Amino acid sequence: MGDLNDLYQEVILDHNRRPRNFHALADANHTAEGYNPLCGDRLTLYLKVHDGIVTDVSFEGAGCAISKASASLMTDAVKGKSVAEAEALFERFHRMVTTPPEESVEDMGKLSALAGVREFPVRVKCASLAWHTLKAAIAEKKRTSTE
Amino acid sequence: MREIATDGRPDLSGPARAGRVAPTLDVARVRADFPILARTVHGKPLVYLDNAATTQKPQAVLDAIQAYYTGINANVHRGVHELSARATDAFEAARERVRAFFHAASTREIVFTRNATEGINLVAHSFARPLLREGDEVLISAMEHHSNIVPWQIVCGMTGARLRVVPIDDAGGLRLDELERLLGPRTRLVAMTHMSNALGTITPAAEIVRIAHRHNVPVLIDASQAAYHLRVDVQALDCDFLVATGHKLYGPTGIGVLYGKETRLEGMPPFLGGGDMISSVTFEKSTWNALPYKFEAGTPHIEGAIGLHAALDYIDGVGLEAIAAHERELTAYATGVLQEIEGVRIYGTAPDKSSIVSFVMAGIHPHDVGTIVDREGVAIRTGHHCAQPVMDRFGIPATARLSIAMYNTREDIDRLGRALRRVREVFA
Repeated sequence: MGDLNDLYQEVILDHNRRPRNFHALADANHTAEGYNPLCGDRLTLYLKVHDGIVTDVSFEGAGCAISKASASLMTDAVKGKSVAEAEALFERFHRMVTTPPEESVEDMGKLSALAGVREFPVRVKCASLAWHTLKAAIAEKKRTSTE
Repeated sequence: MREIATDGRPDLSGPARAGRVAPTLDVARVRADFPILARTVHGKPLVYLDNAATTQKPQAVLDAIQAYYTGINANVHRGVHELSARATDAFEAARERVRAFFHAASTREIVFTRNATEGINLVAHSFARPLLREGDEVLISAMEHHSNIVPWQIVCGMTGARLRVVPIDDAGGLRLDELERLLGPRTRLVAMTHMSNALGTITPAAEIVRIAHRHNVPVLIDASQAAYHLRVDVQALDCDFLVATGHKLYGPTGIGVLYGKETRLEGMPPFLGGGDMISSVTFEKSTWNALPYKFEAGTPHIEGAIGLHAALDYIDGVGLEAIAAHERELTAYATGVLQEIEGVRIYGTAPDKSSIVSFVMAGIHPHDVGTIVDREGVAIRTGHHCAQPVMDRFGIPATARLSIAMYNTREDIDRLGRALRRVREVFA
């Protein structure tokens, strides 16, 4: 059974209170909207991609602490990374929140704060909404959904 | 063999019977009838406050279903053998029980469906669709569940009719003056809830029907929420159609009820085709069975109907008046407890409301509230409650919602109050 403190870690509460990169990006060349119909979480993701590198990323929207903190942490994590690296990070993140803890998450930095979500299966969609939206933005799909 | 109709019924000789004079409800005795209430969740005794989503089932309902399968399981309306006859009797006895519960004039007016949603879809497709022309109007309210919005949107899309919406006021009450104003020469049907699942507002259903009938417009009442909280009498309401669902009436899932005035149902074509709904079939032409079977294609949810029979007996054994009084008292108590908690705002403050309290906590998303109180063993609903237009009306994405049933206690509410203080601590 997951402990509440594993889910609502200080890093998550901090990013919920003060989300990073929380604004529109006027010169974004990739955007996507994410929507979780289960809880009504909505976010818009803005990406600036040049020569295969995510040079800037930001988001706007409303949602629960987990989805907001996850989006905030994600934007920090993928900024400056190549598209391929960002996609690889999505795969690792997805494994971290959905499968038993087999591999170390130490090298994932602050993203590892969301590892506790795996003990709360109904909240996995909250944590992964931003990442699904990132994938859609890279593929330039207009809108994505975790349902 | 055990008799299915009489097992496990509550004893009517006790204080519950006296409810007519001074409604009282022996909560401890009621709780003992619901086995699930004895379990723990995350190591803590369960506090179940998500009754508007579905209610728990008394032992009498479980016993009735068990007795059906162990004693008389067979298909209905078909065989000449003993079991089929017994199963048919039990199924039809359930229909009579539903008729009595809603005080319909005849069992021909009681159609078993899967749920309230299916009942609304049946009326939308068999009654409204053949009637609607381009420019006609269907009138609903701003506090409908999606199940009383989407079927009308679909038939309006098919016919060119228009869906119009009677607004609600800031407290969540229906604007009867707007209902009056919106009823026009093109209005073909009014479809409205008797009780909002998102706000707890009880609508003046009889008044709605009276106003609509003055304009010769038929009315469908969605009693999904109302039916287990207050007495719903279709003849007193004079509604043309009414839908309800078994699983909110302490019965099984998958069984619902459509009431329709016989004169209305007679004129309607079938909704689904198949076995049981025909009187004769040839490859050239089939003719329809009599009411209500015309609307019951295929093998029905037999154990669902039998379970619902036991559930309605249970409700009347405790006494709806006693239940209603108990729930109103607890609703007021819960409102007080929530108001004591810093940052809590309640949505839905209509003078006539019961059993449901929707709220948000400042700066904390309802989903986070739901997860944290769940860890304290408290089940509440969080989200848009399948009523997104209500959320939009108040400019919020979601709420947390507690909903009360006959077995809830002040202790349950206090446990929720303590769990909400824990939420504040986590987000401090």
